[in-house]
Amino acid sequence: MNGLTFDIAHLLAGSLVLISFMMLYQDRLFALINVFALHAVVLALSVAWQAYIQDAHHLYITAGIALVFKAIVIPVGLHRIIQRLGIHRDIETAVGIGPTMLAGIGLVTLSMVLMLRVTPEADPLAREDLAFALSIILLGLLVMVTRRNAVSQVVGFMSLENGLVLAATGAKGMPLVVEISVAFSILIAFIVIGVFLFRIRERFDSVDIGALDDYRGERR
Amino acid sequence: MNSTVALLLCGPAAFLATAIVAAAASRLAAATRLVYGATLVISAVLLATAAGHLAGNPGEASASLPLGVPWTGARFRLDGLSAFFLVVVNLGGTITSLYGLGYGRHESQPHRVLPFYPAFLAGMNLVVLANDAFSFLLSWEFMSLASWALVMAHHRDEANRRAGYIYLVMASFGTMALLLAFGLLAGPAGTYAFDAMRAAHPNPFAAGAVLVLMLLGAGSKAGLVPLHAWLPLAHPAAPSHVSALMSGIMTKVAIYGFVRVVFDLLGEPAWWSGVAVLLIGGVTAVLGILHALMEKDLKRLLAYSTIENIGVIFASLGLALAFKANGMPSAAALAFTAALFHVLNHSFFKSLLFFGAGAVLTATGERDMEKLGGLIHRLPVTSFVFLIGCVSISALPPFNGFASEWLVFQAILRSPELPQWGLKVIVPAVGGMLALSAALAAACFVKAFGITFLGRARSAAVERAHEVDRWSLAAMAVLAALCLLAGILPGFVIDSLSTVTLPLVGERMPVQMAQPWLSIVPIAESRSSYNGLLVFVFITISASLAAFFIHRFASHALRRGIAWGCGFPDAVPAGQYTAVSFAQPIRRVFGGFAFRSRETVDMPAPGALEPARLKVEMHDVAWEIFYQPITGAIDFATERLNHLQFLTIRRYLTLVFLYLVILLLVLALWP
Repeated sequence: MNGLTFDIAHLLAGSLVLISFMMLYQDRLFALINVFALHAVVLALSVAWQAYIQDAHHLYITAGIALVFKAIVIPVGLHRIIQRLGIHRDIETAVGIGPTMLAGIGLVTLSMVLMLRVTPEADPLAREDLAFALSIILLGLLVMVTRRNAVSQVVGFMSLENGLVLAATGAKGMPLVVEISVAFSILIAFIVIGVFLFRIRERFDSVDIGALDDYRGERR
Repeated sequence: MNSTVALLLCGPAAFLATAIVAAAASRLAAATRLVYGATLVISAVLLATAAGHLAGNPGEASASLPLGVPWTGARFRLDGLSAFFLVVVNLGGTITSLYGLGYGRHESQPHRVLPFYPAFLAGMNLVVLANDAFSFLLSWEFMSLASWALVMAHHRDEANRRAGYIYLVMASFGTMALLLAFGLLAGPAGTYAFDAMRAAHPNPFAAGAVLVLMLLGAGSKAGLVPLHAWLPLAHPAAPSHVSALMSGIMTKVAIYGFVRVVFDLLGEPAWWSGVAVLLIGGVTAVLGILHALMEKDLKRLLAYSTIENIGVIFASLGLALAFKANGMPSAAALAFTAALFHVLNHSFFKSLLFFGAGAVLTATGERDMEKLGGLIHRLPVTSFVFLIGCVSISALPPFNGFASEWLVFQAILRSPELPQWGLKVIVPAVGGMLALSAALAAACFVKAFGITFLGRARSAAVERAHEVDRWSLAAMAVLAALCLLAGILPGFVIDSLSTVTLPLVGERMPVQMAQPWLSIVPIAESRSSYNGLLVFVFITISASLAAFFIHRFASHALRRGIAWGCGFPDAVPAGQYTAVSFAQPIRRVFGGFAFRSRETVDMPAPGALEPARLKVEMHDVAWEIFYQPITGAIDFATERLNHLQFLTIRRYLTLVFLYLVILLLVLALWP
């Protein structure tokens, strides 16, 4: 593998981590979804690049799925949901931006240290990809943890799944059926969560999951 | 599949079928007779089969059924050890069923007893036959659960519910220990068949861990101190014939489990394993009988006495381990035979005594000895057979208890030949503890018999008591006869046990039936020998002669005198010796360390009219040292963790996230 292909793959995966960081400090829902769409576009590029350098044509399909569903269908769907729910002005501040960013830096460091330590004899590209993928997964979890709104938790979950796809494509020889099934399960999860969002909204007049806790009679 | 094993496996199946029929028909009037009749027949068939195998000595036979874990199946095997324990289980089952034919008719809620009784017997049979860890544990749990259901038969009583709860907790604890022990034996390859475990040799650390786990697992079921706490609660809570099964037979199944793993599967023992088992056995024996002495509830007294006998058996097994580890197979065979002989004997006399307690309970409705007394006039046959049971368990010749305990002491006397100084010191010390417990056992059963059957009636219920039914009396008479027979023909039993000892310790005791005049000579004629028959004949002749002389030559003149002095000072039955007052001297000697007992006299001021009171305060030390801290810690932890049940969704997510990060950190920082 020559230096340029490696560098480009490295650049795309690094950009994904960077965009994950961008998600951490978005406090408006529309902005968050836009960043998520960008995340998906970069993921699609990264997967397509992997397909090119590994000469694995089925990965183009994965890239296409990522582009169509995650960069277009889901963000558009979420936009419409937000408009119908009328929560596009909501500002959510569960944890402050500064501590969240610091925690994110810590998580990326952790995943780098861990992955570079446990995979010394793997292919360098796969190593880097795995380390970035773990960072993205942890950052997605961090988004889920630090947000109150159900929609932004969905976005955090989706970006977590992007990390999984990146990990799967970085390793050579992952069967296509696995990726397709993962993609479809995400889609179904999206639909189910969307249906639930409306149900929650109908009942509680809010998609702030704190309302669920109030309903259970617990204090936050 | 071997036909003997197939027949033996049909037995549990027939028991389970009986249990199902019993569950369906338990409210019919004839159900009691039907169920106990069926179990009587099935147990007798199994007994005959197993005894035939033991006597015929055709070696091992195994079978496997396509049940249970895939690729392992359910394996069963019959060898000398399992045949012997099958004899113990099914002899007990047969006689208990005979007793149940009569006793069961007084049961107020037969539908709570009848379905579980055959299931319990099936479980015990299957444990003894199992030849892989899965079948063993499954049967063991089945046995525990069936006996738990029997303990809970009279669940309206608060004390019984508590006993059932503690029993359930201890049984699950024991099974967990067994599970871990089998996990260690199976090794990384996970071979759960006993044959594979036998072939593998675990490293010394794993072997030590297995021994400790077996002491916990089998020991908690058998009642080793300090795991005995459930036993004196649960055994008496069941109906009396089930108490006899639990105390006389189920504890023996636990011993079977211990012997099977430690002597058979574990391979060569280390010498210190003998020390551990010996010490635990000795302590169990002394503490068990001390508790029994303090007890005034007849059935609880018997349950505590079971703990003492288990201690004797374990001490003997420990001795066998020590001898085996030091390459002294003949001494190991002696100790091992003594242990197994005592297993058999204890199953006889403990069943007999529980039957007697059940008969007293049926006749008077009382278990508290302080309310009994003078029953020898009302229940002459019961009191006679109960006396035989008491004499046997007190290890008096010519009955069977003496023969086996004598063998135990013969084995202890060989301890100077052991090479390790630790063992040379510990074995005689344990011998001293066993001697102490034997003496205390005699005192305990003098008390049990004397307070219950002698003296004068302490309550009106005793005055109205009548002798129990013929079935019960027949069962007790059979057991009394077995006690006497095993006592005067110990050589026969010892020779039958040779097929058991030979594969497990590599040697057998010398043939005893070839000795002249039915003597038994465990080591050599010059060292020691015992002839039960001779003692029996001597006692019979001398007692008959004494009776003859007294009746022939004593004065027949009728004399009347005032009752005073050493007789009965006044006419109130409460003035007699009571169970508590009989035990007082022993409580004063041993109570300080064994029970942390304290006596306080509450003396009113001169001239005051209220009575003086003597208060005795006693503690169950094992309960306070071992159990209360554990329950306290669990309560504390659950109290603290309870609010985790009521977190918000985001906090649950955060917890999972933090946990993941911590795991990753551990992985990253691990050296």
